Amino acid sequence: MFATLNLLALLSASLATLALVVSIYVGSRNLGNFDPALIAYLFGCIFACFGVVYRYTVWLQRPPTWRYFSRGWQLFFTGKAISYGWELTKHFVGNFLGQNFIRKRGKSVGYGHFLMAWGCLLAFAVTFPLVFGWIHFGLKPGGINTYEIYVFGFKTDEFPLHTWIAELIFNALNWSAILVIAGVMLMMRRRLTHAGQIAIQTFENDWLPLLLLLAISVTGIGISVDNRFMEGRAHQFMAITHAITVILFLIWMPFGKFFHIIQRPAQLGIAIYRRAADEGPQAVCPHTGEAFLSGMQLSDLKHVTAELGFDFTRRDGKSHLDYSPCGKRALLARAHLKARQKSGHLFG
Amino acid sequence: MNTFRVDQEFFLDPQRCIGCHACEMACAECETNGQFPMIHVDYVDRYYTPQTSVQICMHCEDPVCARVCPAVAIEKDEYGIVHSAKTDRCIACSNCVNACPFGVPRKIEPMDLMMKCNMCYDRTSAGKRPMCATVCPSGALFYGTREEMARRRPNSSPVNTFKFGKQTVKTRVNIMMPKGSTELVVDANG
Repeated sequence: MFATLNLLALLSASLATLALVVSIYVGSRNLGNFDPALIAYLFGCIFACFGVVYRYTVWLQRPPTWRYFSRGWQLFFTGKAISYGWELTKHFVGNFLGQNFIRKRGKSVGYGHFLMAWGCLLAFAVTFPLVFGWIHFGLKPGGINTYEIYVFGFKTDEFPLHTWIAELIFNALNWSAILVIAGVMLMMRRRLTHAGQIAIQTFENDWLPLLLLLAISVTGIGISVDNRFMEGRAHQFMAITHAITVILFLIWMPFGKFFHIIQRPAQLGIAIYRRAADEGPQAVCPHTGEAFLSGMQLSDLKHVTAELGFDFTRRDGKSHLDYSPCGKRALLARAHLKARQKSGHLFG
Repeated sequence: MNTFRVDQEFFLDPQRCIGCHACEMACAECETNGQFPMIHVDYVDRYYTPQTSVQICMHCEDPVCARVCPAVAIEKDEYGIVHSAKTDRCIACSNCVNACPFGVPRKIEPMDLMMKCNMCYDRTSAGKRPMCATVCPSGALFYGTREEMARRRPNSSPVNTFKFGKQTVKTRVNIMMPKGSTELVVDANG
């Protein structure tokens, strides 16, 4: 059972989990601001932290991942922090905040993902600090019309009750649920009607995440609907089903499709890598005579393939990887022609 | 319901390619590609020869493209089909594009996404033939059983072992070689 245990990952995950537990203890002022009603969510978060860090560490140890990860940081600290910083900012605003690259893959997937992503991010921003006891609210002493916001036990702001600001803050999770439901609807429509998606989709990877997000959002809104319109008669059912769906999400995060939320920021490193690659010397294909790849990436690729046990060294001392994709296809076609010519028949 | 026919294989005979690009047009009809053709039709060395060649994904047994992917975005399924990069994971680094010994994957620049031939999975998973194989007029692309292929090409042998320098690559897709051949050695000096 323990034969495949990754010790480095186990160590990093344990340390990260310990750091989270300590920060919860300290941030909630010795659990003084911790809400015991959220204990089940807390254990879900702690498990998710362990699982995510474990998987991330295992992932980083793969030769190609580690090569990009280390090269990205190496480039960032080579004295071009301003130019790379600008590249990162552009990429972060356009591709992370705006998610432009997904919209270019299709309008429906673009808008669907945008809505789901912002709904989830808003929900994370509210849920995690609340569950950890880092944020809590309280009535201002001496009255019943003003609420105070405390962050790590320090009062940071206050707002009057029964105003639009109060509605906005108290219903933050409902707004996020509406965004997620709209996004999920767009994505489900696509999965039901797009022939290409239907062919390659799987229940576990493509439908389950959507159903889970939908269940979390609907049960979350259900808690508010129950409080406001049903006098809390279904509170127990709503609270338990919502907790189950959220905890399932947290437990599944390190293993399933949601891991891409953690993995995706690696693309920022690729933005720096590409910038450095464009500025450096380029590799020229011996067949086409044209530049096709940066010298840095070609060299990295040769190292990575060697680490993985591939050896493309040819008899002339060059590597098959020195050829561009077009050059490689031409080499194969020539070799095939040569074999046919040698046999005395061009067609068999 | 998946009705992939495991008794059928792809047989490629680049020597028969006449460069008509019919396969390219048909490939763009594949629903999984989003209207981008994934097949390659090339002039091998246009200045010296009119030879053209066609290349589909060979669906390697141990796909280099998947192994060099830093995001673990490329996966091989139970039928041996190596799929396009998963859209949620691909970080568009181009490692797969440049590591593939057959020069197959394409990076679709505006989408920041790698795409490649997945043997028309929308069709093959429903028991149909890939688009390119249905339109090729010269027999460069054939999809069917080994027995059918043997009847059509009695003087050729399907080969799925390639040597790129010191590296041996085994594939799911076959290339038609002179009878008795067991491998294709791809080396400029070979």
